[in-house]
Amino acid sequence: MIEWFTWAQIVVALVAGLLALALGLLGKRPADITMGATALVEVLLLAQIVVSLLAPAFGNTATGSLLEFWVYLVTAALIPPLAIVWGLVDRSRWSTAVLGVASLAVAVMLYRMYQIWFVQVA
Amino acid sequence: MTTTTPSRSTGIGRVLIAVYALLALAATGRSVFQLLDDFDKAPVAYSLSALAAVVYIVATVALIAPGAAWYRVAWITISFELLGVLVVGLLSIFDPILFPAKTVWSGFGAGYAFVPLVLPILGMLWLHHRRPRPAAFPAGA
Repeated sequence: MIEWFTWAQIVVALVAGLLALALGLLGKRPADITMGATALVEVLLLAQIVVSLLAPAFGNTATGSLLEFWVYLVTAALIPPLAIVWGLVDRSRWSTAVLGVASLAVAVMLYRMYQIWFVQVA
Repeated sequence: MTTTTPSRSTGIGRVLIAVYALLALAATGRSVFQLLDDFDKAPVAYSLSALAAVVYIVATVALIAPGAAWYRVAWITISFELLGVLVVGLLSIFDPILFPAKTVWSGFGAGYAFVPLVLPILGMLWLHHRRPRPAAFPAGA
């Protein structure tokens, strides 16, 4: 895990999540901007998988449980595609809110991964 | 008397289902890790985590699936969750030795932004809102 990249990723997921949640509550159907933002969250998660696979080879190792870290990362990477499929099948405004909830959940999980990698005490 | 059970996967109920699915995923992921990692450390807490994860999955399915039988299953699983989060929430405060490790319900779901405490209440309100009604007066399902 690279610290600045992880923070940037958390900010993107938060912004994407709040945007989609707000647009969903305003009654907007899933559109390019909300679907695209969720897709961006997924692309960054895939990049995080590559980074986290390579990082230990460069001496950047996790301070906490690597198994727990990967359970979080793989689970997080499943969420945006499911939300996007949901948005394609169900074209109601609530799908936009679901996209938002998905990105916000990813942001929380990324923060947990950050804690496991950098500041694990146990 | 014939009754109709209105669909529960409509409108804002879809967001509720999505949040339930997320919580099911989160609880399952965590309990799989805990069971693999060190089950002996806190068998009670970890077994409960696994049970909670299964109940969240069943509740998610029950909210999506149509019909009166699934409606009852939804009530049972959601009531179980509310009971679980209240009992375990109290126990984790008064008897930390029994719950040395975090479960989805510890501290009333504090580790999950209290979503496990709020969600069953929202779920019950939603189920009440979409309750079966006499067929003569169908609610716009």
